[in-house]
Amino acid sequence: MTDKFVSIEGIAKRYPGANGATTTVFENLWLSMARGEFCCVIGHSGCGKTTVLNILAGLDTPSEGAVIVDGQAISGTSLDRAVIFQSHALLPWRTVLGNVSYAVSSKWRSWDRAKVKAHAQKFIDLVGLTGSEHKRPSELSGGMKQRVGIARALSITPKMMLMDEPFSALDALTRGTLQDEVRRICLETGQTAFMITHDVDEAIYLADKIFLMTNGPGAVLAEVVENPLPRDRGRTDLHRHPLYYALRNHIIDFLVTRSKTFTTEKPDHDPRNVPVVRIGKPGLTIASNGEEQRQTWTPGTTPGLTA
Amino acid sequence: MTSSLRLRAGLVSIALLAAFLGIWHLATRSTAPVATMSPEYAKLMGLTATQGKSAMPGPLDVGAKLWEHFKRPFYDNGPNDKGLGIQLAYSIARVGTGYLLAVLVAIPLGFLIGMSPLLSKALDPFIQVLKPISPLAWMPLALYTIKDSSISAIFVIFICSIWPMLLNTVFGVASVRKEWINVARTLEVGTVRRAFTVILPAAAPTILTGMRISIGIAWLVIVAAEMLVGGTGIGYFVWNEWNNLSITNVIIAILLIGVVGMLLDQILARFTRMVTFPE
Repeated sequence: MTDKFVSIEGIAKRYPGANGATTTVFENLWLSMARGEFCCVIGHSGCGKTTVLNILAGLDTPSEGAVIVDGQAISGTSLDRAVIFQSHALLPWRTVLGNVSYAVSSKWRSWDRAKVKAHAQKFIDLVGLTGSEHKRPSELSGGMKQRVGIARALSITPKMMLMDEPFSALDALTRGTLQDEVRRICLETGQTAFMITHDVDEAIYLADKIFLMTNGPGAVLAEVVENPLPRDRGRTDLHRHPLYYALRNHIIDFLVTRSKTFTTEKPDHDPRNVPVVRIGKPGLTIASNGEEQRQTWTPGTTPGLTA
Repeated sequence: MTSSLRLRAGLVSIALLAAFLGIWHLATRSTAPVATMSPEYAKLMGLTATQGKSAMPGPLDVGAKLWEHFKRPFYDNGPNDKGLGIQLAYSIARVGTGYLLAVLVAIPLGFLIGMSPLLSKALDPFIQVLKPISPLAWMPLALYTIKDSSISAIFVIFICSIWPMLLNTVFGVASVRKEWINVARTLEVGTVRRAFTVILPAAAPTILTGMRISIGIAWLVIVAAEMLVGGTGIGYFVWNEWNNLSITNVIIAILLIGVVGMLLDQILARFTRMVTFPE
């Protein structure tokens, strides 16, 4: 059994609706992540992805259930879990250095100015913003702003990083570069990361595990897809890997059709025991209800793809 | 392009001023003697009767008088004859004191109300009722309770400048972007540090805008308040010169009230620019 660095145990989120009814966004959600794992969540808008992330961050509380990180149930926010916001959320009245230093001095309150500055500078250099320390966020491009957001999150040396569609507002080129950097940094530092994305290729490139969520309300975690691509994958030759299209098609199929029909097709889906899909390894596939045909992909089955 | 626009605008301003002064001068200049009268009667009646001069002073009269005041701004010949500098200083001191007291009350209170939805709801009816009261309506109550006209004037300034500041602070604090608060929360920043490092800088432009509105209102109200309480100040000066029938001095006072009001506004505008951040 893998160690459970992060364990989400039966959480639910309900909102009071009109005339006394309650709207359940999701319920009985179980999910676990190992230390150093990069996990992506994919699902349509409204399935509660952001709520799950906010609960993990401690910004929101679940209506039921608990979240355990590193052996402890979380209560509220923590410097151990850094958040990279979709809208970068930089403080506009502070410079790049000021924004990162704010995080550093929040974590190490006894540090003097010089020590805080040196530490912040290290992470500004890491994300490639050397020379822009004294610029204000308004003087930076979208990609540079998000780099500051990443530097700020990393500077507090968190146990895990939570990212809510961090690159969705960026152009394709910038997004690619930042994906490379996030992947490099996470591999180098062994970060555990939880990322929400709408971009299937982003998930395939970055994630070790991909969580597929059905449509809300009443969303469930349908499958956990393990990424079969090698750990040293590169962004440029990703699509040449024999399992790439199998993986991609599986996720797209889920998003296009199965995310709507999953709950009716699989009435006995056990949320505590979500099927793990291992593409290209039929022997290892755990498929509930004998749906191996659909869930197992072998190289070469996709037309036009030759390994 | 911009500099030429500014230059052209400046020229138009000067032309408008010249036209205004010219029309004013022509409208109030002396005409030929209206009627023959005995020299003693003429002496009694003055230039208005003898040379058809308008009772309204012309720009040259006002200019000459203004120059006199500029030469001796701080003389003090007793309670009813003080230099304009002294009168303005009294008014500015009253506005300053009342305004600073209002800042000390409105900004911390606004922070509390803005950060607490409970206080916000609980205090809202009081604020809604107190806000539209004309500040001068407080004057009798202030005179009765404080029993000092000068402090009453300061109280009136305090009460009139508190509302825009309070409401703007509440609004600024309550509408700080959620994501900035979330940043502070994920960094485990405590309430007090969060108030100073996130909420205050984020709300500062709104708060300063409220302070700028307040200083304008305070300067409007001080003239009226000093007309009521009397003794010193530019408002008292206006009323005193009206009683002396010195329209020249009244016009000079009006001009100076405008100039000082503009300066106060510009000072606050400069502070507002200092705390405004581009997004």
